[in-house]
Amino acid sequence: MQLRSVPLFLTLLFLPIANFAQTGPATDLRTEGGKTVSVYEGFETLAPLLRAPDGDLLVINFWATWCAPCVKELPYFEELVRDDFDGRVRVLLVNLDFRKQLVSRLLPFLEKQGIQADVVVLDDPDANGWIDRVDSSWSGAIPATLFLGPGIREFREQSFTRKDLQTLVTSFVEKLP
Amino acid sequence: MNAYISALLFFALSMTVTAAPAAGGYEVGDKATDFTLKNVDGSMVSMADYGDAKGFIVIFTCNHCPYSVAYEDRIIDLDNMYRPLGYPVIAVNPNDPDVQPEDSFDKMIERAEEKEFPFPYLFDDGQKIYPQYGATRTPHVYVLEKEQGDLIVRYIGAIDNNYGDADAADEKYVADAVDALLAGSRPEVSSTKAIGCSIKKKK
Repeated sequence: MQLRSVPLFLTLLFLPIANFAQTGPATDLRTEGGKTVSVYEGFETLAPLLRAPDGDLLVINFWATWCAPCVKELPYFEELVRDDFDGRVRVLLVNLDFRKQLVSRLLPFLEKQGIQADVVVLDDPDANGWIDRVDSSWSGAIPATLFLGPGIREFREQSFTRKDLQTLVTSFVEKLP
Repeated sequence: MNAYISALLFFALSMTVTAAPAAGGYEVGDKATDFTLKNVDGSMVSMADYGDAKGFIVIFTCNHCPYSVAYEDRIIDLDNMYRPLGYPVIAVNPNDPDVQPEDSFDKMIERAEEKEFPFPYLFDDGQKIYPQYGATRTPHVYVLEKEQGDLIVRYIGAIDNNYGDADAADEKYVADAVDALLAGSRPEVSSTKAIGCSIKKKK
């Protein structure tokens, strides 16, 4: 076994443990570069992360590595993190990859793309039980994005161009107190 | 008087606008339209061809989407189970192959042969049908019941409540809906949601 595959092997060992944790805290996976990705089993455990922050804008994007339009727009969400907007914008990427592909596909993808935004995995196959809790207008198609802030709640079931995302986020940031 | 008629007209128009569902498409209880679409065997298929059917399980699905793939065997099972009882599956690929080359008609033929689909797998060429139904993702199911020559939408949504593991699914929405219709009643759960691949529109 090559030395560099040891972390992957350890992660693989660890993954089955995650499958038994039905509730409670998330299980953490780590990319080779050390980025932590928390896996939430059950929407209930993830829900607290989807609350509007006190003074800033939170942009929550639902995506998967197998979703081509999602992957295409990811760099635009990354730019929101880099542009920073004076620290007023946070980006949370909620990944919906299949459980068995988290280690084989998601972690290498994040590493290769150098994703800086926070990434969590929602692993709750009973989607009918939680889609409405994200937004009642959501049909379930991805990509989908929720914008939350003080007095701001906007849900979009669509893919964004760089310009449309920048324009929308800028308009929200201008509304922040 | 003219103003009165204009006001009435305006009122009627605004009612039409608000009465239509925001995303377009059918709601449970609506009449569905038949279609004539090309099947992977080269024939043209309409629901009118099925004189004996009591209804249909229309499923917008495709080749490329992992959720569709995860449900393929369950879609085959649904057809094997319910076609003899009068509710055949009709699968329709709504995606534009220019946007998603894996969903081309040729690739549909390949996939149908690989999996030996027992049901027609139709191509929504020109993307005229899926917007009428209001499908937004794959897979997206519409259970239709024949009623005095009309096709009435009785269920819209997901196949079951666990895409990852058929054995772990303890709510089999489509099977339950068809069972209810076969028993002469209405589905208890008539609409559900699921995560799926957005339908790939022509650019």
